[in-house]
Amino acid sequence: MSTSCSLPAGKPTNVPNAALWLAATGALVAAWFVVYSLLQPFADWIVGKLAFEPGSRLEQAAAFFVYDTPKVLMLLTLVVFAMGIVRSFFSAEHTRALLTGRREGVGNVAAASLGIVTPFCSCSAVPLFIGFVSAGVPLGVTFSFLIAAPMVNEVALGLLFALVGWQVALTYLGFGLGVAIVSGWVIGRLHLEGWLQDWVRNVRAGAVDLPDVHLGVADRLRAGLDAVADILGKVWMWIIIGIAVGAAIHGYVPVDLIASIMGREAWWSVPAAVIIGIPMYSNAAGIIPVVEALLTKGAALGTVLAFMMSVIALSAPEMIILRKVLTTKLIAVFVIVVGLGILSVGYLFNLLFA
Amino acid sequence: MKDIKVLGPGCKRCQATADMVQAEADRLGIAVTVEKVTDYAAIAGYGIAATPGIVVDGKLVHAGGLPRAEDIAAWLA
Repeated sequence: MSTSCSLPAGKPTNVPNAALWLAATGALVAAWFVVYSLLQPFADWIVGKLAFEPGSRLEQAAAFFVYDTPKVLMLLTLVVFAMGIVRSFFSAEHTRALLTGRREGVGNVAAASLGIVTPFCSCSAVPLFIGFVSAGVPLGVTFSFLIAAPMVNEVALGLLFALVGWQVALTYLGFGLGVAIVSGWVIGRLHLEGWLQDWVRNVRAGAVDLPDVHLGVADRLRAGLDAVADILGKVWMWIIIGIAVGAAIHGYVPVDLIASIMGREAWWSVPAAVIIGIPMYSNAAGIIPVVEALLTKGAALGTVLAFMMSVIALSAPEMIILRKVLTTKLIAVFVIVVGLGILSVGYLFNLLFA
Repeated sequence: MKDIKVLGPGCKRCQATADMVQAEADRLGIAVTVEKVTDYAAIAGYGIAATPGIVVDGKLVHAGGLPRAEDIAAWLA
């Protein structure tokens, strides 16, 4: 489950400072590029100062850690800032209005896509679920949203982009959406509305009538900064731990070991990755640096993606939260359908990119 | 006396919202009662899809994320 709890899109402030906000943002972005371009020489200098034995394992691990930590944090800052601005154009209520009464199929695609850009906080998962279902969003469409929202988020995409490359980030985006769309559609086809908790079916929500707010440029930039403060404030620790583990793998774990366990030849590694990933609870921030290290050690990309999706999309704390609105039977169906979806992605990927 | 309800399952953000409303009311010298609604069914009854939500004298004014002080002042006015 994602930790991203976007702060509110701000409400209108005094308009005149829009120019000031734009200028300040421009200056900050320029400074970002200058600092970013200096990271490699800076890392080389630090590692040189530390006087490791040249070419030693410790030096390799240290070089990875010293360069990657600031690089990842900086790239993530930029991605989260941009996403914070995009999200200020969306709200859960607005998304619900777009999805209400939507046919399945089209609805699943729209729900999964909106799941990426709609501000979503894991503590809002239950109110969001009830709010959607009681307003007439089909159950399967609601699931597409709830699967995509935590799995395909800016932290996961930003980190994959920073550490592994844009091709893998795009692949993750595509397959993540695919799993959310197909799983939601399948759950919808099964017609399991009767497996919701009784009280959920009895909620009859009135239409909401919130005043329409008009946001200025300054408000949206502020929403971006709020998102950076909120999300980076939560995940920086995970990222550093993840990179430290990744650095250790880089320096010390032999290639043969990982390649034999998580390589393409080991057919059982994909289901094993999914099953091990389900009870594990980490967020994208902690898992992706480890993923990157595993990849460079010969792990197959499909296996690693399946592991990542399973860790992020299916987690014990999420089940406990959903238990309030879903019966155990429905949660089991949810886990099985999503798990199978992830499994197919893993196999498909290993097959296609062999 | 204004009757304020803060809708939310009891996460940190909901507590922060309730505190902000109380602080803003105190600053403006407006008498309020701030009540937290944590029951999921009751929250759902207000029709919101994101928490925390704020209800002033029975009217829903906000849903999703922390509100801003100046908006709270406008709702209390």
